[in-house]
Amino acid sequence: MIRSILIGALAIGVVGTSYWGYKEHQEKNAVLINAENTYQRAFHDLNFHMDALEEKIGSTLAMNSRSSLSPALAEVWRLTSEAQNDVGQLPLTLMPFNKTEEFLSNIGSFSYRVAVRDLDEKPLSEDEYETLKKLHNHSNDVKNELRKVQAMVIDHNLRWMDVELALASESEPQDNTIIDGFKTVDKQVEGYSEVNWGPEVNQLNEKKQNLSKNIEGEELSEKEAKQHVLDFLDIDKNASIDITTTGKDSKYQAYSLSIENPENKSSVNLDVTKKGAKPIWILMDRKIGKQKLSLNEAANKATNFLKEHDITNMEISESSQYERMGVFTFVYQQGDVTIYPDAVHIKVALDNGDITGYESIEYLTNHHERKVTEPTISRNEALEQVNPNVQIMEEGLGVIKNDLGEEVLCYEFMGTIENETYRIFVNADTGREERVEKMDGTEMNYDTM
Amino acid sequence: MRKVVRILKIPLIVGLLCIPLITVLDTGNNVDAFSNQIIQKGATGTDVIELQARLKNIGFYTGAIDGVFGWGTYWAVRNFQYEFGMKVDGLVGPDMKAKLNKSTSYNPSSQQQSNKGQSPNAAQSSGNKSKGPNTNAQGKNTPSGYSQNDIKLIANAVYGEARGEPYEGQVAVAAVILNRVQSSSFPNTVSGVIFEPRAFTAVSDGQIWLTPDERAKEAVIDAINGWDPTGEALYYFNPNTATSGWIWTRPQIKQIGKHIFCE
Repeated sequence: MIRSILIGALAIGVVGTSYWGYKEHQEKNAVLINAENTYQRAFHDLNFHMDALEEKIGSTLAMNSRSSLSPALAEVWRLTSEAQNDVGQLPLTLMPFNKTEEFLSNIGSFSYRVAVRDLDEKPLSEDEYETLKKLHNHSNDVKNELRKVQAMVIDHNLRWMDVELALASESEPQDNTIIDGFKTVDKQVEGYSEVNWGPEVNQLNEKKQNLSKNIEGEELSEKEAKQHVLDFLDIDKNASIDITTTGKDSKYQAYSLSIENPENKSSVNLDVTKKGAKPIWILMDRKIGKQKLSLNEAANKATNFLKEHDITNMEISESSQYERMGVFTFVYQQGDVTIYPDAVHIKVALDNGDITGYESIEYLTNHHERKVTEPTISRNEALEQVNPNVQIMEEGLGVIKNDLGEEVLCYEFMGTIENETYRIFVNADTGREERVEKMDGTEMNYDTM
Repeated sequence: MRKVVRILKIPLIVGLLCIPLITVLDTGNNVDAFSNQIIQKGATGTDVIELQARLKNIGFYTGAIDGVFGWGTYWAVRNFQYEFGMKVDGLVGPDMKAKLNKSTSYNPSSQQQSNKGQSPNAAQSSGNKSKGPNTNAQGKNTPSGYSQNDIKLIANAVYGEARGEPYEGQVAVAAVILNRVQSSSFPNTVSGVIFEPRAFTAVSDGQIWLTPDERAKEAVIDAINGWDPTGEALYYFNPNTATSGWIWTRPQIKQIGKHIFCE
């Protein structure tokens, strides 16, 4: 009797468990299929967009008038951004596919620049036509290569989940048809270095490369740099300091220091340039107590800090309070001209006014005494370029970097339209509206908690 | 019954909300007048609420009373200074406060009434006689180009990826995310970068959905404001757990905590 009850109970248990297991398995499969389908969709979308891209670039080669060329190039721009979006959804992050992504992005910026230009006034140049031709060839190659992969995926029911698995496994080389296909594409794109993108695209703005260029002086040893830092921060010579040098192959050449100060339970980390041991950034980590200082007092502390360290003629251009922290942006003033590229950020703790952060890479890479010329157009002529709906509140002269990465002297107008504030830069030589910014900086609280 | 609960709730909530404020800004003696600080653009808190309310009262300010000294408030202050023949510098010092006190009236409780509907907290605390609503219920300074929600999302990723790391290492992870948004070989949005498949282990294993602490948020704000401890790195990995051989071929910049950052 007991035996049959036991057997019955066990049988129910077995049946129940297998039913549960089966359900689990089904659910897991559904999730996996769902994930796989998302990848498949992105992949086939990518192929579709590359097809369309090649076709569009091809058709621009035969176009002549502005009315057809501009919209076609705008379409090219849109398609590159779609294709980039597709790539971003595929599990390709930790494998070499970045050359292709860069290639797409460059096509995008090239076509955008030409599309928004007044082609009646400045038609497509010979060089640009050559570039378009090359782009057509290259996008054709990429398209074909991708089509091959697509055909294999469809014919052999290849799954992107296997790509994920292959990439996650430690075995090298990764044996996966899709991965191989994508690697081939990227190899091919790597060879497209001869494309002439024009001046705007080539100047990839990497600040760190200019670090050693703009700073004069001799390279210091680690020991000398350490001494400089001790002087700069005015700290106890007995504090424990670790110093390391950044990687040999890196374009970022600096010393990194880490200072432990047991006295106030804080640690300070900073990077300094090899030449002259100038601080690139400083971060202090400590607990911030109750607010005792106003933002204004903190601003004075920050100003004094710059003065003490011989960084002169700096004016506050932005100030913001984040909880118990004041963050200030200072920019260089040359005469009555504001030099926006020479910026320094300073963070002040509002409990005791400690400088808890300092950041100066823009200042270090850009700062020099400039020959600021007199504006060729008058203030009133510049004002004529500004939208008449803007009510001007404040104005001045400023140097900014334009889209080509060149420094240009501008009339700066701060103005409002209803409750919005705008900053408008009008080139002081050409009258071109170089930049219009909507000034934000505050947000309502949407928190529901 | 509901009313009773509410009555009990109000003092409790208000009391809790006001603790930091009273200690922070109550340097003046007058109950509903400004504290002694010079208020400048970018400041937040009760003084700014009062400033905005008073300026609105006489028509200089037309925006929302959010307790953040933003551009709208700045222009209102300047206009006020101009009209009253003061030095136009956008700073609210003792002079201007005296003039404001004379020419305007301010009632903190009615101020809260007018904030009703802007946020649940402000609405709840309306009608009481306390010093003012909590700043958290008000607006916030936000670095331009990013929303509070973007900041939260990055903070989630930073916390999931680097919560055991030193502060510098957390700023570094946030900086890498922002560098990727800027880079042409990565998606152009914060969410695109964070949720790119296989990009971050914390996203793959769900640790991103842990609740981040204040430190992580602070690290994100620092990174957005320009601090980049990594030397413009685009990748980082933990040498003990990295599975991709390719990542080792990237030029390495430096190691912060457990992570190696590379170009």
